[in-house]
Amino acid sequence: MEVKINGKSQNISEDITLSELIAQKGLNFQRIVIEHNLKIIKKEDLAQVKIKEKDNIEIVSFLGGGRCRIC
Amino acid sequence: MQDLLNIADKKISNRLFIGTGKFPNKPTIKDVLESTNIEVVTVALRRVDLTSKGDNILDYIPKNCLIMPNTSGARNAEEAVRIARLAQAAGLGSWIKIEVINDNKYLLPDNLETLKATEILANEGFMVLPYMNPDLALAKRLVKAGAKAIMPFGSPIGSNRGLKTEELVKIMVSEINLPIIVDAGLGKPSDASRCMELGCSAVLVNTAIATANDPINMAKAFSLAVKAGRLSFLNGTSIETEYAKASSPLTGFLRDDN
Repeated sequence: MEVKINGKSQNISEDITLSELIAQKGLNFQRIVIEHNLKIIKKEDLAQVKIKEKDNIEIVSFLGGGRCRIC
Repeated sequence: MQDLLNIADKKISNRLFIGTGKFPNKPTIKDVLESTNIEVVTVALRRVDLTSKGDNILDYIPKNCLIMPNTSGARNAEEAVRIARLAQAAGLGSWIKIEVINDNKYLLPDNLETLKATEILANEGFMVLPYMNPDLALAKRLVKAGAKAIMPFGSPIGSNRGLKTEELVKIMVSEINLPIIVDAGLGKPSDASRCMELGCSAVLVNTAIATANDPINMAKAFSLAVKAGRLSFLNGTSIETEYAKASSPLTGFLRDDN
């Protein structure tokens, strides 16, 4: 199914949760924050949130200083 | 007695804050922070690059540092609030440097949007430090809105042009009953020293250190300059006079007309 991750359309497997998506992407839970359809999802809730077609997912983390654009 | 800077719930002894952008590599950030005993650092929040598995900036910031995320990239209050909430969700505490910029040429902050974001986030319990164009009336509104310190710029971000806003910053120091922290544009240690001599509570430096030939030495130079300026301020600035005043006695010269 198609979803938007960090502003880009991607095809991901059906019926997975946010925590499964993060694992598939090889990301470290401790270092990222997930926004699902503009709602911030707490780390402990990631396994409960099922991803649906056309969902908008932002995966962000910190980096050095300067300017950035997520919006 | 130790000269500590109180901001919100923190007591800070090192008045040089450092931004972590533009460094040649992450280990250098760590070396700079450790060698200069930096206590407050800023970081940015942005989308994870899903195509590369780089290590994380947080691994290079000593545990005793207070991390102050900024809202760089925000073009209005709404975006700044969104970034601030995401940063808080990362679990690094509730300090946030509000940065709202919609001018790409000079990167000057939008004061009205900054005020809006400050009002919202201070209400939510954030420790808000707004980066702003040094305007006294706006600074007073930021105080009312619940800001914990005010961060006027010295000159445009990354320009290394120094304290071009000196007269306005002086007014802020005199009239605003919150720490004034000059952020942006300080290019030389003497710029930082000048800010501290004027009574600013701290300075935030990034570009001048990160892009120096030797960032560790430059950070040391800035650190010494901040300390020197602070000591000078605490001592009280010397009085300027129009004409010379001899330092040596004006009697007993080795000449006949004495």
